[in-house]
Amino acid sequence: MNRMSWFNAVSLTLGFAFLYIPMVILVIFSFNESKLVTVWAGFSTKWYGELLQNEAFLNAAWVTLKVAVFSSTLATVLGTIAAYVLVRGGRFMGRTLFSGMIYAPLVMPEVITGLSLLLLFIGIGLDRGVFTIVLAHTTFAMCYVSVVVSSRLVTFDRSLEEAALDLGCSASEAFRLVTLPIIAPAVISGWLLAFTLSLDDLVIASFTSGPSATTLPIKIFSAVRLGVSPEINALSTIMIAIVTVGVITASLVTKHQVAKQKREEMEAVRT
Amino acid sequence: MRRYFLIAIPYVWLLALFLVPFAIVLKISLSDAAIARPPYFPQFDWAEGIRAFIAELDFENFVFLTEDDLYWKAYLSSLKIALISTFFTLLAGYPIAYGMARAPAEWRPTLMMLVILPFWTSFLIRVYAWMGILSNEGFLNQFLMWTGIISEPLTILNTNSAVYIGIVYTYLPFMILPIYSALERLDGSLIEAAEDLGCSRLSAFWLVTIPLSKNGIIAGSFLVFIPVLGEFVIPSLLGGSNTLMIGKVLWEEFFSNRDWPVASAVAVVLLLLLVIPIVLFQRNQQKQQEAEQ
Repeated sequence: MNRMSWFNAVSLTLGFAFLYIPMVILVIFSFNESKLVTVWAGFSTKWYGELLQNEAFLNAAWVTLKVAVFSSTLATVLGTIAAYVLVRGGRFMGRTLFSGMIYAPLVMPEVITGLSLLLLFIGIGLDRGVFTIVLAHTTFAMCYVSVVVSSRLVTFDRSLEEAALDLGCSASEAFRLVTLPIIAPAVISGWLLAFTLSLDDLVIASFTSGPSATTLPIKIFSAVRLGVSPEINALSTIMIAIVTVGVITASLVTKHQVAKQKREEMEAVRT
Repeated sequence: MRRYFLIAIPYVWLLALFLVPFAIVLKISLSDAAIARPPYFPQFDWAEGIRAFIAELDFENFVFLTEDDLYWKAYLSSLKIALISTFFTLLAGYPIAYGMARAPAEWRPTLMMLVILPFWTSFLIRVYAWMGILSNEGFLNQFLMWTGIISEPLTILNTNSAVYIGIVYTYLPFMILPIYSALERLDGSLIEAAEDLGCSRLSAFWLVTIPLSKNGIIAGSFLVFIPVLGEFVIPSLLGGSNTLMIGKVLWEEFFSNRDWPVASAVAVVLLLLLVIPIVLFQRNQQKQQEAEQ
C-alpha cells in the first residue's frame, strides 16, 4: 500500500499545483516594478512602501485587528460556556432551541446573518461601528467555538471531574483545575478559528459597519472591484505570510507536544 | 441557581442576536414597502393588540418576487451554479483525497496541512488571485497563446466559467477533507480481495472504494453546496453582469435599491430553499454517527 502509483502521484501534483499556483503568482507579482499586474518589469519592493504610506489601509487594518481580538475572545468565552452547558448541562427547558441556535448560524448564508443583524441594530437605534461588528462577529464565531470545544468535551473522561469533586474541589475549582487544562487545546483552536473568521469576514462586516469603521476586507473589496492592483498584491502577500508562519508554527508545536506526551507515557510505563 | 445563570448567558445572547433579528427579517418581509421605512420597530402597537398587528401583514412582497422574473431566475441560476460547481469540486477533490489516503503514512500530516493552509488564508484574497489569472491579458491567456493553443485571448473573467473556477478553488478543502477521512479508514484488504476475486482495478474501484467512501462524498458535497447557494463574493468579483446569484441579488436589493421589505423577502425564500439540503445533510450525519456506534 505504501507504493505510490503514478495515478496518485499525478493527481496529488496537479491538485496541489491548482491550490498553490494562484497564490504563488499573486506573491511574485507583488514584487513587480510595473503598475500592470500581469507584465513583469523587474524586481521592486515599492508597493510595500506605498502600502505602508497608505493611511486608509493602515486604519482599516487596525480596526480589523481590534474587532478580531475582541470578538474572538468574547466568542471563545461564550462558546466554551455554551459547549459546556450542551454537553454537561443535562436537560433544561429549551435545550433543543438552544442547540438549534448553536448549529443554525453555521449553515446560515452570510448575507442573511448580516441583513438580520443590521435590521436589529437599526431597530434598536444602535449606531453602527466597531461595537456592532464585534457583536455580529461574536455571535457567529461563538457557534464555531462551541462546536470545536464540545467535540473535545464529548470524548473526555468524566470521571476525572468527578474525582476532583470527590477530593473536595468546588464545581468551579474542578472546572478551572481539571476540565479547562484538558480542553485547553480545543479552546485555543476555537479562538484561532474565531480570530481568522473575523479577520476574513466581508459580508457580515459590510452590513453591520457604519461609515466610522471600515475593516480591511471591506477596503480590499472596494479596491478590488475596480480591478487588480499591485498594492493589493503586496497586502495579500503580507497576509499569506502571516498565516503560513502561524499554521506551520502551530503544527510544529502540536507535533512537539504529541512527541513529549508519548515520551512521558513511555517513561511512566517504565518506572 | 448558578447552573441557570451559566445557561442563561449564551442562551440570551443567541436569542437577542440570532433569533430576534431573524424574527425582524420575517416581519419586515411581510410589511408594506410604503410604511416599512425606518423606524420599523414601533409599528407593533400594544394598544391595538396583536390581532391588528397581524392584520397589517401581507404577502405582497412574496407575490412581487413571483411576478418579477429576475428573482425566480436568480434562485434557479443559484441552484444550477451550486449543483454544477459541487459536481466539479467532487471531480477535482476525489482524486486528491484518494492520492492523500494512499500516500505513505509519514507524508499524510504534511499533505493534510497543505490542504488546510489555504482554508486559513483570506477567502477574499483567494478569489482575488484568480482575477489576475483569468483576465483578458491574464496569465492563463498569456500561457495559452504562448503554447499556440489559441491565437485570440479568451474572455473568461466576468463570465459564469470564472464563477465555477472560483467556487471549485475556494471550496476544494471542504470536499477533500471528509472524503479523505472516509478513504483513510477504508480497509485496503477489501480491494485486494475484490481484485483476487477477479475484479479489474477499475471495477474494484467502482464496486468497493466508491460505495465505501459514499458518506465522505455526501458530506463533502453538502459542505460545498449549502454555502455556495448563498455565495456573494465570488459572483460579484469573478462573475459578470449576467451572472445571477441570489446572494448578489439580495445584496443589491439592499445596498443599491434600498428596498428592505423585498430584500427581507428574498432572504426568507433563500432560507426556505436551504432547509431541504440542510435537513438532508443532518439526517446523513446522524445515520453515519449511528452506524459508527
